[in-house]
Amino acid sequence: MTVAEVVFYLLALLSVIAAVGVVTVPNVVHAALFLILSLLGVAGFYILLSSEFLALVQVLIYGGAVATIILFGLMLTGGRDLPAVGPGAQWPLALLVSGALVVLLLTAVLNTTWPRDAGEMTLISINTLGSVLFREWLLPFELASLVLLVALIGAVVISSQEERES
Amino acid sequence: MALVLWGLFGVDMNVWLDAFLRLQLIVIVMTVTVMALIYVERKFVGRIQMRLGPMRTGPYGTLQSVADAVKLLTKEDLRPATADFWLFELAPYVTFVPVFMTLLALPFMEDWGVRDLQLGLFYIVAVSGVTVIGYIMAGWASDNKYALLGAVRSAAQLISYEIPLILAVLAVSMVAGSLNLNDIILQQDTIPNALLQPLPFLILLTATLAELSRRPFDIPIGESEVVGGPWVEYSGIRWSIIFALTEYAGLWGMAVLGSLVFLGGWEFPFGTSGFWGDFDFLYQMALVFAKSSFLILTMMLISATFPRLRIDQLMAFCWKILLPFGFLQIVINGIVLMYLDSEVTRDIALFATSGALLVAMAYVTYLATRQPSREARVAAMVAARSIQ
Amino acid sequence: MISLEHVLVVGALLFSIGLFIALSRRNAVGVLMGIELMLNSVNLNLIGFARFVEAPRPIDGQVFAVFVITVAAAEAAVALALAVAVYRLRQTIDVDRLNLLKW
Repeated sequence: MTVAEVVFYLLALLSVIAAVGVVTVPNVVHAALFLILSLLGVAGFYILLSSEFLALVQVLIYGGAVATIILFGLMLTGGRDLPAVGPGAQWPLALLVSGALVVLLLTAVLNTTWPRDAGEMTLISINTLGSVLFREWLLPFELASLVLLVALIGAVVISSQEERES
Repeated sequence: MALVLWGLFGVDMNVWLDAFLRLQLIVIVMTVTVMALIYVERKFVGRIQMRLGPMRTGPYGTLQSVADAVKLLTKEDLRPATADFWLFELAPYVTFVPVFMTLLALPFMEDWGVRDLQLGLFYIVAVSGVTVIGYIMAGWASDNKYALLGAVRSAAQLISYEIPLILAVLAVSMVAGSLNLNDIILQQDTIPNALLQPLPFLILLTATLAELSRRPFDIPIGESEVVGGPWVEYSGIRWSIIFALTEYAGLWGMAVLGSLVFLGGWEFPFGTSGFWGDFDFLYQMALVFAKSSFLILTMMLISATFPRLRIDQLMAFCWKILLPFGFLQIVINGIVLMYLDSEVTRDIALFATSGALLVAMAYVTYLATRQPSREARVAAMVAARSIQ
Repeated sequence: MISLEHVLVVGALLFSIGLFIALSRRNAVGVLMGIELMLNSVNLNLIGFARFVEAPRPIDGQVFAVFVITVAAAEAAVALALAVAVYRLRQTIDVDRLNLLKW
């Protein structure tokens, strides 16, 4: 086994077990922290798949911002005192659906002949990514920034409604 | 000059062994630096407050940090009965590990860091953002109102001030055209970035103070408000991990980063001429040491002389002053770098625009913070009374 | 050597777990966590294809992943604001009890 394979299996174990942890732990805050662990594992996959920039973006956005937002949200909405944290009434149905999905996806993945490894891929430099993003994907990029702006304003408006009325 | 230190021993290094030794060196240097910094801060703040600072342990109190460490390590290890065991135990490490990881990408001398990353600057900013999870974990796990308040405050503060920090770093990387720390340093052989980009330099200093929760931004851990914030319940060895290692290693790391990115690091003012041959690393080390010491002392001076901000002032300062000016700087940098080709005019334009923005920011801050005139205050009081 | 299958299997597992979380959690923030996990597994697949399939331009996979991360971040912010607003209104974010519009 090469080093890359060992790292891959470790990361796979980490992120899948952490994801299972999100499902199984009764406490929501623990679930959120397991989610962060899983997402950081995915960041490790990005490094392994030679896209360091995305790995760092993942750490910055999920490890820093989204994690804080989720934990913050849990605290503002009850946190530890939250009574109902267990699975809802439809969990058997959910298990059935996601179980069927995983069987379907795995059979599809394992029975398809994928194009073989493209060999040693030349590392995509951050400069290339930047110029592609700002030249060929300029319009989607601007749209994405618009989405972010709308989300920002929307979040502020929605969450400050109460204060305005009182 | 690659691997001067190891090359001196004449050992053929295995990659893993090399990485391991570099890590060990960083750990040792970090520990010594942290102990020295604690002593320096106590002495420095003492002098500012017309005290002597620690004097009893060792000559001029130099062994104070050692005594403190021994005391902290032998203290009883307390944990509240209602605390969440795993989160409480893990939180100090979650705050410390990201700070330590930022140290791994810093080139302390030419070609000498643990790893020279192509995206080093971005890596440092991204990884240091993870610290906030540790604060929230500690605050939540302690099962203490003050700790939870402190955790929510620190989450708000650290996330907010991360944005100006990123903007400042981004402005410099635009000028350098690279995110690699070595490239950025090598670019500053004649003019350090602090001259070209004074506004981002100031933003970086401010945001660093806020990210490290130092006074005047110590709202999350303010002793007189939330009695230590997320760390109320911590004591002994865990507290020393948080306080000593995380806080001072973070201060050291950010100061070194500032000295490398803005003050020219080991490149300015002598350049990498190599007039000492194999011992170039000595004066490079001295340069980085002097510059980072200057930054650390500046931050300590600010910490010691400014009163703590209120939470609304803190947020307003970040979102209404630092952030807009940071964005403005980036837009202007883009225009200047796009349309000015000649090196000289480019540098002059960068200095002029950034300096003008700095003056504008100072003026806006002055307008926002000055005491309203007596007439205005009376008018406000009258208006408030008429509403009642 | 790692191949595309390995990455896709991990992506499929993460996606299914995320779907299960999104469908079964009663806490609205928990549902959000499931959605984040699903978006991440999608990203993992995109990066995997960009790395292993000999495409004319392998960089497009990364560009797509950047957009997915952007949208996920925006979605998290709005969803959390909604959760806080709902909590203020109803003192709960248990999705089973938010059935005012259910007939």
